[in-house]
Amino acid sequence: MNHFKRSLGIGLWFMFLTLPLVVVRVNTLSQEVEWRWANMLWVGLAAFAIAWAWRYSIDRRAARQAQGGSQTRPLSARRSWAQRLSDDPILSRRLLMVAALAALAFPWLVSTGQNFYHVNIMVSALIFVVLGLGLNITVGLAGLLDLGYIAFFAVGAYTYALLSKNFDLGFWTCLPLGGIMGMFFGLVLGFPILRLRGDYLAIVTLGFGSITKIVLENSDVLFGGAAGIAGIPRPDLFGLVLDGREKSLYSYYIVLALVALTVFVTNRLKNSRIGWAWMALREDEIACVAMGVDMARTKLSAYALGAFWAGLVGVIFAAHNNFINPDSFTFMDSAMILAMVVLGGMGSILGVIIAALALKLLPEYLRAFAEYRMLVFGAVMVLMMIFRPQGLISGLRRKYEYDVSKGSDDVGK
Amino acid sequence: MDFQYLFELLCGGMVKGSIYALIALGYTMVYGIIQLINFAHGEIYMIGAFVAFIVTGVLTLAGYSGLTVLVVAAIVAMIYAAAYGYTLEKIAYRPLRNAPRLSPLISAIGASIFLMNYVQLAQTPDFLPFPELISDFAFMEPISRYVSSADLVILVVTALTMIALTVLIKYTRIGKAMRATQQDAVMARLVGINVDRVISATFIIGSLLAAIAGVLIASRTGQINAAIGFMAGIKAFTAAVLGGIGNIPGAVLGGLVLGIAETLGAGYISSAYEDVFAFGLLVLILILRPAGLLGKAVKQKV
Repeated sequence: MNHFKRSLGIGLWFMFLTLPLVVVRVNTLSQEVEWRWANMLWVGLAAFAIAWAWRYSIDRRAARQAQGGSQTRPLSARRSWAQRLSDDPILSRRLLMVAALAALAFPWLVSTGQNFYHVNIMVSALIFVVLGLGLNITVGLAGLLDLGYIAFFAVGAYTYALLSKNFDLGFWTCLPLGGIMGMFFGLVLGFPILRLRGDYLAIVTLGFGSITKIVLENSDVLFGGAAGIAGIPRPDLFGLVLDGREKSLYSYYIVLALVALTVFVTNRLKNSRIGWAWMALREDEIACVAMGVDMARTKLSAYALGAFWAGLVGVIFAAHNNFINPDSFTFMDSAMILAMVVLGGMGSILGVIIAALALKLLPEYLRAFAEYRMLVFGAVMVLMMIFRPQGLISGLRRKYEYDVSKGSDDVGK
Repeated sequence: MDFQYLFELLCGGMVKGSIYALIALGYTMVYGIIQLINFAHGEIYMIGAFVAFIVTGVLTLAGYSGLTVLVVAAIVAMIYAAAYGYTLEKIAYRPLRNAPRLSPLISAIGASIFLMNYVQLAQTPDFLPFPELISDFAFMEPISRYVSSADLVILVVTALTMIALTVLIKYTRIGKAMRATQQDAVMARLVGINVDRVISATFIIGSLLAAIAGVLIASRTGQINAAIGFMAGIKAFTAAVLGGIGNIPGAVLGGLVLGIAETLGAGYISSAYEDVFAFGLLVLILILRPAGLLGKAVKQKV
């Protein structure tokens, strides 16, 4: 009964809270006020139901804990399926093979004839997978919160667009150049902010991201201004002439190869000397520096490597779309990539891939909910932080723990 | 040198800066107490402006006008902004009080995106015309070229708000509790201060200030939109950092410096790059003087 009252209170509170914004709508043109009382009822009911369910689940959990007593489950049972899977080398290798085959066969399965809509969607999703994995180096591994990551993506895209327009350079020449330009900008921007920590770093990178967009928008001569640059050539294949479907397929395989390369490199980096330095820096900067890790070099390398992937995939983005303008490089995109890293699990490669695919593909196929997309996106970010801060698949570091269930005498003495 | 032009720019910068200062106070107070960048603070400001717009619309159609409408709208907007700020803290930040630093920040970004889209869906994504509620005063006639009546109201209201806030923090019980919590939350709890209540109060006060800023700026620029909160929030945070985050006079100084720098840059160099000047200033300050203009450099102890 107590729950009922409290939930009722919460329902009423939310009805009050949403009263002006959800119920009243003033039309300034026709001088009318529209009252939408039905909305208020729905808000109240929804808030009541959620509050009730919340209390109920907390009670259930408390009851179960009281019943279970002090029994702790063994370590192996506490780990999620994904971790157990990645610990089993034979099974995980087989699964990797299946995933690779599925990725290679994907365009032939979904596109028939001239219908390559799904392939194009997949290309843009995979571009974001690479972006997510790149940011995963900076944020997930090294713990440097970067809110302007999209700027490096823009650097890559504009590098290709300008070089191909003005100097007639081909896609394959520009691909490494885009990556190097991204890396260069990462280093240039990384230097001044080495001394900053956490929140300050976040806000300065956000500033850099915004400055990049404003500069792109306003320099009409150099970067084409707000209209952007059109007519960017598609990737070339030894001078062969490709039709629309083949071009999409070609882009798909290029970006797929890039995803594979990124996964491979990130995975190796994670267990390398520099990768361990990144993770140590993320956990405790002072202790890490005290142990003799070169802070400047470690931070800069994390920053530059993250930017490198963004620059690289920016070239592919420009080539695939034929057209770029500053609207593709907003703060919302940076937040989206950050959300992929956070929701997937910081530092976890598999998690980031799954989250990136989910965040890019679900909105494409759930067009009916397109309006509510960003609303749900924001809410999910908050809820994830509260209920599952480690992400879908937590990027656990290899660690050695004492397993109680096995038991041993020489501990505790 | 064209002094008249310079003077006009300075006045505009002061007005803009005082709005930034009002919002920056909310950031700096919250940061001082729980070390969190409340990213959704800009959205609270936007909600304040929207509620004021709705109240104004309803009252105007009911036949009221002028100052009455402004006062009623401002009060309702403040109540709602405070309610939203309070609820936001309860839902999005309180469960994360002891989480790693990154978690509440990401939660705040999520809350900001949520609130912006909530207003967009509930109202409209378009720009709405905000009525001019501050009528021209007769005594302002001779200098109205430089300072409009709306500007004067903004400056006066901001100054009064700052004084009220200073009194609140210096001389009242809750103000004392806030200062104690800012210095050391654990110790404050030990001497019997209800830290949760202090944090709630901080959010409420910050939201009230943001709502005042929202109403003032909306009635000056004459239009609002669900996306105005984001840029204003970032700028205000810049102002807070500029002055030294956690430092209340610093936030005011930072706001004024930022506003004037932006207006001068826009006036003398290029108005398209207005935001670039703000961020450029932020980057420069953080590199040269990371503690801000008024902040004290804290030595890190291990």
